[in-house]
This record gives sequence, structure tokens and C-alpha cells, in this order.
Amino acid sequence: MDYLQQFCQQTLNGMSLGSIYALLALGYTMVYGIVKLINFAHGDILMVGAFVSYFFLRRWGITPVTLMLSFLPAMLFCLTLGVLIEKICYKPLRDQPRINTLITAIGVSFFLENGARVIPGIGPNPRVFPTLSAVNYTLLGVNISQVQILVFIVAIILMVLLNYIVSFTKIGKAMRAVSFDKGAAYLMGINVDRVISFTFVLGSSLAAAAGILFASSYPQIEPYMGTMPGMKAFIAAVLGGIGSIPGAVLGGFILGVAETLAKGFLSSQLSDAIAFGLLIIILVVKPSGLLGKPMGEKV
Amino acid sequence: MSKKMKTLVSVLLVALFLIFLNILVALRVIDEYTTQVLTIAGINVIIALGLNLISGFTGQLSLGHAGFMAVGAYTTAALMMKLNFPIFFAVIGGALMSAMFGFLIGLPTLRLHGDYLAIVTLGFGEIIRVVMINLPDITGGPAGLKGIPTYTTNFFWRPVLSFALVYLALALVVLFLSNLLKSSHGKAIISIREDEIAANAMGINVFYNKIFAFTISAFIGGLGGALYAPFFGYLSPNMFNFQKSVEFLIIVVLGGMGNLTGTVLAGIGLTYLQEFLRFLKDYRLVIYPMILIIVMIYQPSGIMGLFKNKEFSITSLVERLSGKGPSREESSDQAGDVQ
Repeated sequence: MDYLQQFCQQTLNGMSLGSIYALLALGYTMVYGIVKLINFAHGDILMVGAFVSYFFLRRWGITPVTLMLSFLPAMLFCLTLGVLIEKICYKPLRDQPRINTLITAIGVSFFLENGARVIPGIGPNPRVFPTLSAVNYTLLGVNISQVQILVFIVAIILMVLLNYIVSFTKIGKAMRAVSFDKGAAYLMGINVDRVISFTFVLGSSLAAAAGILFASSYPQIEPYMGTMPGMKAFIAAVLGGIGSIPGAVLGGFILGVAETLAKGFLSSQLSDAIAFGLLIIILVVKPSGLLGKPMGEKV
Repeated sequence: MSKKMKTLVSVLLVALFLIFLNILVALRVIDEYTTQVLTIAGINVIIALGLNLISGFTGQLSLGHAGFMAVGAYTTAALMMKLNFPIFFAVIGGALMSAMFGFLIGLPTLRLHGDYLAIVTLGFGEIIRVVMINLPDITGGPAGLKGIPTYTTNFFWRPVLSFALVYLALALVVLFLSNLLKSSHGKAIISIREDEIAANAMGINVFYNKIFAFTISAFIGGLGGALYAPFFGYLSPNMFNFQKSVEFLIIVVLGGMGNLTGTVLAGIGLTYLQEFLRFLKDYRLVIYPMILIIVMIYQPSGIMGLFKNKEFSITSLVERLSGKGPSREESSDQAGDVQ
């Protein structure tokens, strides 16, 4: 019974971490689906979002209301940043080989991390993110904290919202069209540049939200905090089938649960290796991911 | 001038140039700090050359070459410290171990294409690093491994010997690669980059050639790491993280994918640039990625793209010198492309 209880507890913790990964993975998967770019800077958008929220909360104090309100400036700031990065760094390279864009993305990632490091208000030292006083609820012997409830609620709202935008709005339809065939979409009169910018808007604001949730769950923020979640979210996106939106969510949850279970039952130090091992196994066995469409090779 | 003669003269030229540099180092005309930077640059160039073989010439993007460097470095250190191997054999052993890792990793992963391969190599690089952290008996764990025997304990000769050995290895690697690329294996490798399906249709064993290139690439990466261990005397698993792998990739892309001369120039240039920018303190870390982004946007084919991707060749230089008289000085730092 004790073992089972611990298992349930770890699974719940994993789901909470997984929903953060899922939010981040959505950004990766959408950008990849549309411009075929692994946006390495995406994890660092998470860091920027966390810092914007941190400054907001330091100014206005921490209450449940201000915490919810802080999503607004963080998401606005990050979506602006995301669009700027796309316009300045990625757009001029759209016709170049993909490796060049990939390296530019890595450059942007380093720029954001190290930029945050030299900004006087941030600096290289970790800071404590303000958190709500811890309230735990016990359900069937499993603890669920206030923060975890917040994570679930915000993540579900955002995912539903995203699903609505992608499935039922005009711009969402345009996104799907561009991801299916960019050239044909362009010929059908879709403004491809606008669609790409919009994708970055969506992805970056989700990353900002993920940043606040991540910082609330692990209340320590520093300029390099986005690297690991970024990579994990990327693994999640690949796991679910990169380019597939439900896949990203599924992959995020699987990875989150696998990671916490590995931490809880196997070895906390090897959990990262396990995450990467999972990625490799999936890629070797089923390269298109769990929900991805297999891509035939064109001659 | 006969072909043999040209080769001989070229080899002599490279050897003379290296000896000349070494004399400068030994006389401290090149001061100790610069020597150290140049030695690190040499190691970076060796590993980047290995990466260029798989990413630039074979067209298979690898994001985990720091992992091979780590395998080479730790194997060398372990062979020297635990089994008392002489340095020379330890270095060879490190490179061979890395080649074995390359072969084993390549077997399952090289069936993947493009971005997927990049991610898997990234994953393997990270796994190697995490495993290193968790093997404290061999690697010293997260705190790192101290007290690795250096090339020599003599303070005066230590920088000279490190420099000489690294650049000797670099010249051999360049010689090996430029000859390999002209062999039938090399042609096969390049044809895979140009069009995998067409290469397959022409009867080239694509998978075999990819494994071949990947194993050699891992060998060279491991060699770089193996040379690094006794040069630095200290290893820590976090030296070989993802950022390190990216550093090598940046050298390759900035120099020009599939161009040996470019890699050599970019490797030395970038290592020097990083040191040069040190006076900017933390701002250096911002300037460096900015340079990278700007180069990618305005000169995406790398520096050798400016020279139509031609290789610097000493043999053709010799030919020109003997034929038309001295028309050009040997300006390049050391491109031992004996062609």
C-alpha cells in the first residue's frame, strides 16, 4: 500500500511537471511544424517569462490575484520578444540550409541567457521566486499542493484555448495549411509571414506561462534555468511526434511522469540520462514519434 | 616537378613551418599565454575537423561531439593513472575507445535523417556526460579528475611540448582527411551529402559509408580529447556539455561546411576571439553569440564561401612557387593540406 501510495504521489508530481513540459513542447512543435526549425531559444523564453513575472510580483506583492495578473505582462513581453527574434534572426535565413537557422537559434539562445546575465537587474546569481504560502490538500493519501492545482488549471485552460485557436479560427486554419504545404498555402493567398509570426506569438506566450508555472513549482530563477526544461520539452515534442499538437501534450505528460518516477524509484542523478535514453529508443524504434505521421522520402 | 617531389617539398615546408613555430615558442617569442591559447585552438581545430567530416562532408549533423571528446579525454586519463600507460599509447587508446563508441552509437542512429539524427547525437552526448558524473571511480565524479600526468613536468618545456604534439597531430589529421576525401571512400561520402538516394542508386553502400565516416569522426574527436587531458591536467564532466558540442559546430559552420581550410582558420580565429574578448568580461558572452548570428545572416556559407570554397593547398603553392617564381607568401597560419 505504501509503495502504491508513493507511486501515485510521484505520478501526480510528474503530471504537474509534465503539463509544464507540454506547454513548452507545444511551442517547439508548432514552430517546427511550420518553419521546420528546432527553436533552441524556446527554453530561454521560459526564463524571460519567469523573470518578467518575478519583477511584477516584486513590485505588487504576492497574492493569488497578482500571480494570475503577472501572466499578462510576462506573456505580452515574451510574445513581442518571440516575434522580434523571428523577424530579425530567422526570417532572413528562411531560404538558407536548415543548419544555418539551427545555429542562429543556438546563437539566440546563448544571447538571451548571457544577455540576462549581464543586465544589472538580473545578474548571474539565482533568485528566489515569490511563492504563495504552501497549502496542501490530501486526497486518498496523496498530497496535492496549491501550486500544483494552479499548474493544472492554467495548463488546461491554455491548452483548450490553443486547441480552439488552431482548430476553429481562420488563422488556425491558415496555420494548418502552411504546415501542410507552405508553397500551396502561399498560392491560395495565405499571408505566410503573418502565419509564421502568429505561430511565434502563440509559442512564446505559452512558454512565458510555462516559465511562471515552472518558477512557482521550483522557486529559484536564474539566467540558465531555461536550458534543461527547454531540452526536455523538446524531447517531449519529439516523443509525441514533432509537428503534432496532441503529440506534444502527450509527450510532455509521458516525459514528466517518466522523469519523476525515475527520480523517485531509480536514481535522481541518472534521471536526465533516462529522459535522453527514452528519446533515443523512441527515435530508433519509431522516428515519427507516438502521434506523428510517418514521412515518406521524396525523390 | 614530379608528383613525388612536390609531395616531398610540401611535407618539408609544413615540417619546417611547424619547427619554426616551435622555435618561436621555445624562445618565448610567442609568450606562454599565447602558446596556451594556440594549443587549445589546435585541439579545437582537431575536433572540429572530425565533426566537419561527418557534418560537413557526409551531411549528417552531429550535436554531440563533446561526448567523444570526453570519452577520449577520460580514457586517456584512466589509462595513464590506473594502468600506467605511457602517454603516447594512452592517447592512441583514448582515440580508439572514442572510435568504438562512435561505431556503437552510429549503428542504431545513422539510420535516422536530418534533425532526428541531430537530436539523437545530442542525447548521446548528454548521456555520456551524465554517466561520467555517475562513475566517480574512473572520472572523479562531478568534482572532476585532478592530477592527470602532463606531457612533461618541466616548466620550461611543458608549453613547448604540448604545442608541438598538438600541432603535429593536427597536421597529421589534416593530411589524413585531405587524402581520405580524395580517395574513393571520400568521393562516396561526399556523394551521400549531395544526394543520398542517387548515391544509393549508383551502388554506394550508404549506411556503411556513414558508419565509416562517423567512426573516423569519433576517432578524431577522441584524439582531440585525448590530447587535451595531459595538456590541461584536469577534467570535469561539465567541460563536455552541449555548449561545447555547439562550439565545435560553430567552428565548422563559420569556416564553411565541407571545407578543411575554413575549419582550421575559423577554429584558430574563434578561439583567439574568445580570449581576445575577455577584456569585455561578461559582455563577451553576449558579443560572441551576436557575432555568430550576424555571420549566419550575412555570410551563411562561412568564411570560405568568400573564396568560393576553395581549399588552401600547399602542393599547388609549391607548384606556383617553382613555376612562376615567388608570387605569394605563405600567409595562412598552418594549413597542412598536402594535395
